[in-house]
Amino acid sequence: MANNKRIDEPTGIETVGHEWDGIEELNNPVPRWWLITLYLTVIFALGYVVIYPAVPLANGGTQGLWGWTSRGQLAQEMAAGAASRKAATDAIAGMPLDQLVKDEKLLQLAIAGGSAAFKQNCVQCHGSGAAGSVGYPNLKDDDWLWGGNANEIELTLNHGIRAADDPATRTSLMPSFGKDRILNPAQVGDTAAYVLSLSGKHPKDAAATRGAAIFAVNCVACHGTDGKGLRQFGAPNLTDAVWLYGGKPDQVSASIHKARAGVMPAWNKKLDPVTIKMLAAYVHSLGGGEDFTTATSAPARGSPGNAQTK
Amino acid sequence: MESLVARAGWWLVALLAAVVMFANALDTGFAVHMAIFALAALSGLVISLRGANYKLASAGFKPAVDPSRYDDDLIRWGVILTTFWGCVGFLVGLFIALQLAFPVLNLGIEYTTFGRLRPLHTSAVIFAFGGTALVSTSFYIVQRTCRTRLALPSLARFVFWGYQLFIVLAATGYVMGVTQGKEYAEPEWYVDLWLTAVWVAYLAVFVMTLVKRSEPHIYVANWFFLSFILTVALLHLVNNANMPVSLFGSLSYPLWAGVQGALVQWWYGHNAVGFFLTAGFLAMMYYFVPKQSGRPIFSYRLSIVHFWSLIFLYIWAGPHHLHYTALPDWAQTLGMVFSVMLWMPSWGGMINGLMTLNGAWDKVRTDPIIRMMVFSLAFYGMSTFEGPMMSIKSVNSLSHYTDWTIGHVHSGALGWNGMITFSAIYYLAPRLWNRTRMYSLRMINWHFWLATLGIVLYASSMWVTGIMEGLMWREYGADGYLVNSFAETVAAKFPMYLLRAFGGVLYLSGALIMAFNVWQTIAGNLRQETPLRSADHDPARDVPLAAVPAE
Repeated sequence: MANNKRIDEPTGIETVGHEWDGIEELNNPVPRWWLITLYLTVIFALGYVVIYPAVPLANGGTQGLWGWTSRGQLAQEMAAGAASRKAATDAIAGMPLDQLVKDEKLLQLAIAGGSAAFKQNCVQCHGSGAAGSVGYPNLKDDDWLWGGNANEIELTLNHGIRAADDPATRTSLMPSFGKDRILNPAQVGDTAAYVLSLSGKHPKDAAATRGAAIFAVNCVACHGTDGKGLRQFGAPNLTDAVWLYGGKPDQVSASIHKARAGVMPAWNKKLDPVTIKMLAAYVHSLGGGEDFTTATSAPARGSPGNAQTK
Repeated sequence: MESLVARAGWWLVALLAAVVMFANALDTGFAVHMAIFALAALSGLVISLRGANYKLASAGFKPAVDPSRYDDDLIRWGVILTTFWGCVGFLVGLFIALQLAFPVLNLGIEYTTFGRLRPLHTSAVIFAFGGTALVSTSFYIVQRTCRTRLALPSLARFVFWGYQLFIVLAATGYVMGVTQGKEYAEPEWYVDLWLTAVWVAYLAVFVMTLVKRSEPHIYVANWFFLSFILTVALLHLVNNANMPVSLFGSLSYPLWAGVQGALVQWWYGHNAVGFFLTAGFLAMMYYFVPKQSGRPIFSYRLSIVHFWSLIFLYIWAGPHHLHYTALPDWAQTLGMVFSVMLWMPSWGGMINGLMTLNGAWDKVRTDPIIRMMVFSLAFYGMSTFEGPMMSIKSVNSLSHYTDWTIGHVHSGALGWNGMITFSAIYYLAPRLWNRTRMYSLRMINWHFWLATLGIVLYASSMWVTGIMEGLMWREYGADGYLVNSFAETVAAKFPMYLLRAFGGVLYLSGALIMAFNVWQTIAGNLRQETPLRSADHDPARDVPLAAVPAE
């Protein structure tokens, strides 16, 4: 082997003397910059290992000179964030919602905090623009199932809707008229025809007339004789153009056949009271928020507040 | 005759076992897989019976083999299948890239959802395309650098075709939803056992071939191949330590739970990158670059130092995948510092590859295969710098979980692994089928530019979108609250998703051109074309870099 060494002509470097399938190797040294950089990374690594937790021991690992921990860093950052918000959250905590909506400066801070909380907790169902989707209400319009002033919104946030783990939750249950054989399929169709005729989406024909009679017996207790709904039961207004589960004839029939009973969690299990208050202020600010004079939780039939909502 | 009976007997036993497992199967996925096993055993049985030379067997002597020629049948199949799996893997990759931009392409059926096609893509490119390339080139290289035929040729056939069976089982499993949910180790317990058998046979073939070599020394490519085969065996065994729920069902549970399971998974996952995609492909580089350029390896000493430092350091770097998680801080620190120290050992391979071209740099202009190799090494260098950088905690807190990681992985996979494999295929095809050259050099040039543009679009769009996403996630407003919802950060990425998919279209078109080129070469055609234009070679200006001695 050593006798196979030769000088490589283009580079002038001696080969090592081995050869495999025509491949030779030059006897170049390891590049100096390469070696120096390797040593520098090793020195960096050694320094880092001394400063930060690094060496496993019988009980946990070494702490490192600076006492850094990832949990500690998180706690520090969270505390710094909370401190920067403290003045605002304290002021909001001490102010009832009906006064907060009048305090323009504080209201803006509450809306900003509510907007951030909304992005983390609410967008999954209500959408990042709060416009909802099928089964999840649009929060930007002035159509409210359970009430649209800031206090009502806060109540809904705290206790949820049909939340199984909260006895104070808002609850009601529409019967499944078709599925439970209260009405036969023809009657369900007739009722749907009548309901749609209320908003002019179906002619006032024989089917709608038959449906009106069925509606008077089965539906008025919650939806009202005029079909404009009742917030006490979260019963939607059937005379407007807003349809949570769709306003096509088969969709309305489907809702009569098998009731929907949507669920929202009780957020007081997860969020603190200030965050919920800020969320209420944010949702209230989205466009359809009602002031405190328009509506209460159980409005009188035909009151102006009820007339605009379902 | 005896060996024929024994061999047919083994195939029959395998067939019966598969049929029994099929008949008792508890779930559809397992039943389909046992049917595939049975089909494979049946074809093995038929082939061994039909291929038998009864006349010679009854006469009681074996046919003479020509010892001067190498055992290349499998490698010819390897070139064809590598090309095929590459095109399949890139196509599925393009499809899932489009699914991210247009979710409607999930098609509303379980078999075509992103969650099932994504492992199909990763395994098709890493294990089918990359793995077939590694098995074939290792068989090619070890024979030539040891100047001997493959030891245990029947076992080598089992390794090659058994590995292909593993690919089919894995791919069908993903689509059917049969998975143990570990990234890059998705196949279930019985597929893992099959791969273990194949891999042990692979190790035996490789080591026995090294043992019977007619060269005094073992070439550096074979060190890398051996470290790849050994370490992958170790990784595979530890990470797939699972207990099946039933011997007749596909479901199993891992031995490691919680954060320990996560650490084992990423020790595996990172070393799959380190020993499968780095060490194995460096072995290919160490053979094909000097052969194609006709130049000696730059530095024997560097190859020793960087080989040992690479394999010593790589195995500890896995915890950097678990920064800021439940993994203890000390383990995160060690994962990070070992990754940082890995920078130079990784670059040793790039230096040795690029500097090997000293004295042949003019070929970058005239030889598109050399150009591919240079480009591949350049991307190897870039992604092995980016990797240690991203392992640093403060960088990782921005980059982790973002598309930056996807961009990083693809600059390595498309640039380094893809390009070095393409150049190996272009090197092998004419030699294995005795052609004077590839069907068309101009098509290689087209492939080079399409792939290059594709990678640049892919990597840069993912860098941009990854950093944007990381910054949007951590953006706090002046009021002290988060500014963006997750859905908003997803919506913001849409244009970059389109650009990435376009990069994928370019890369896939390049691979399809290669497939056509390889097919024509095998068919024996030579395209009549004007040679690639090149500037005149000026020897006075083509001077190698002067080497600087180390201390």
